Amino acid sequence: MADLPLVQVRDLVKQFPVKGGVFQRQIGTVNAVAGVDLDIRRGETVGLVGESGCGKTTLGRMLVRLLEPTSGSIVFDGQDITHLKGPKLKPVRRRLQIIFQDPYSSLDPRTQVGNSISEGLRLHGVSSKDERQERVKRMLELVGLEGHHAQRFPHEFSGGQRQRIGLARALILEPDFVVADEPVSALDVSVQAQVLNLLKELQTELDLTLLFVAHNLAVVEHISDRVAVMYLGRIAEITDRDSLYQNPMHPYTEALLSAIPIPDPDRPRNRTILQGEVPSPIDPPSGCFFHPRCPIAVSGVCDVTVPKLMQAPREQDHLAACHLRTGEHRELDESGSAFGA
Amino acid sequence: MISRSKALEALEAQSQELDLTEKPLSQWRLTMRRFRGRTSGMIGLGIVVFLILVAVFAPVIAPYDPNEVLIGKEEGIKPREKPCIHILGCPEDKPQHIMGTDGNVRDEFSRVIFGSRVSLTLGFFTVTIALLVGSFLGAVAGYVGGWLDNVIMRIMDVILGFPSLLLAIAIVAVLGPGLQNALIAIAIVTIPAYARVMRAQVLAIKETDYVSASIALGASARQILLRRVVPNALTPLVVLATLGVATAILEAAGLSFLGLGAQPPTPEWGSMLASERNNLFTSPHLVFFPGLAIMITVLGFNLMGDGLRDALDPTLNR
Repeated sequence: MADLPLVQVRDLVKQFPVKGGVFQRQIGTVNAVAGVDLDIRRGETVGLVGESGCGKTTLGRMLVRLLEPTSGSIVFDGQDITHLKGPKLKPVRRRLQIIFQDPYSSLDPRTQVGNSISEGLRLHGVSSKDERQERVKRMLELVGLEGHHAQRFPHEFSGGQRQRIGLARALILEPDFVVADEPVSALDVSVQAQVLNLLKELQTELDLTLLFVAHNLAVVEHISDRVAVMYLGRIAEITDRDSLYQNPMHPYTEALLSAIPIPDPDRPRNRTILQGEVPSPIDPPSGCFFHPRCPIAVSGVCDVTVPKLMQAPREQDHLAACHLRTGEHRELDESGSAFGA
Repeated sequence: MISRSKALEALEAQSQELDLTEKPLSQWRLTMRRFRGRTSGMIGLGIVVFLILVAVFAPVIAPYDPNEVLIGKEEGIKPREKPCIHILGCPEDKPQHIMGTDGNVRDEFSRVIFGSRVSLTLGFFTVTIALLVGSFLGAVAGYVGGWLDNVIMRIMDVILGFPSLLLAIAIVAVLGPGLQNALIAIAIVTIPAYARVMRAQVLAIKETDYVSASIALGASARQILLRRVVPNALTPLVVLATLGVATAILEAAGLSFLGLGAQPPTPEWGSMLASERNNLFTSPHLVFFPGLAIMITVLGFNLMGDGLRDALDPTLNR
């Protein structure tokens, strides 16, 4: 059992209807998440990166069952939770929590933060008020606030403090798996580091498994054990942090990494500039979603079949979805990638 | 355990300073603080409090029973024949009738005082009924959505399709004239306003992250609606209700003026206007004082409602 991933996602799809016209008929679908396979092991932090609108938040919200998947399956700790409902879902909720991006909208402005934090305890049967207060106090201290802050209201706190409160609310039930949905992107850079370090410390202390959603590659590098790169609703590449940053396999990852600014004016930069825009998820391209912008795409291959996540040659645990780099058409790759040929 | 930077320490120092103001600042306390800073709102509140006191202590203030016909009971009292504007001095009315006597020789001042009871109770009851029913319908429509939303809101649209006073008249015509039926009629015609506002609020609030957080913690739909959505949706409804009292009083006066609301001899401002409207030129004070009472009441509630709206809207900082 110990080797079984805590979270196993198979071919997860989420489509949103697009309605229009006089009678609000469905005129299309947005493929927010278009078939994602993802394993998250116990105790690790998986960073999920991608551009705006690539489906990272949708994926995160499906994992904690805030959104209903259209198809596919989510297996959490050996139990299929994809379509659990009502009383069967409630005990699972206790073990799955989420931290939100915007610390200003994630706390109820009319509720004292102590009550916001203890809501989970109340819902999950900690009926004694004294015990709840005691645990809220401990939790507040754990996230670097003070016990007496429990009586205060959200508007009395700064963004960083609010995010700590959000952390306290998510962690008080001692969940196994936490989705952190861009938890620091709304904060000042100086506060970002504090919250990130806090999250890291709490992860070790509480033995958390974390899916860290972000669009900032530096932040992801700091916190993750493994990193998954998402593009247009699919995972392009997933591997451990170091090999992603050193040997990216997928051309999209290469382009992303080359966009990270290097604080050294003398160093020549070898930037891969992507052409065009991210295609619309309402009408995604055929085959590999990335082929219209891909510098190495080969017509007749990339625009026909959807690439699967495949093991990279000569590397353990490095999966990428590219016909030319990891797939069956490696001989067609003319880009001279060190690992391609 | 946590490495604290100087910035965090500064923040903490700041929050320590805040602690000196003993109690935490709830939204409600903040609102009251802001409300107190607004002159017009405070004037409105003053008028409303004054009217409530008048209504409560009406038997103490009013020198006469409002329905008592004074003819034959007092020396020198007789039905008026000549033109008479009382406040400028009318010889027939003794000085104890400071607003004179009406066409049925009842003390006008006592009737105006007692009229506040009728109008205020009617205003509060209609608004309470409309607020409860309207916000319940709006909350259900907004939270459940789907076909239920469509059914409820289309019914509301139908009600809104009629001019409100005309619809109220139609309802009273069905139920029969009377104060109670006027109350029900006015409540029905004002329900859609509350339903719409509540639905809009619920639609916005149910998408917020704090509602998502509650769902993720395992709260049921009912718990979320009662603990998260409704408390946060109340702000504009409070404003609407305050302003709604003024509208309700005005509509009740209108119905009574048409003879569909309060029935004689109930001292209601609207019906007092109606019964003396033919004497407008001979004794204008009998129309003037009930009219003035209506105006002051409506003004008071409107000023208070505006003040509340400004105080509750944090973006409107002066």
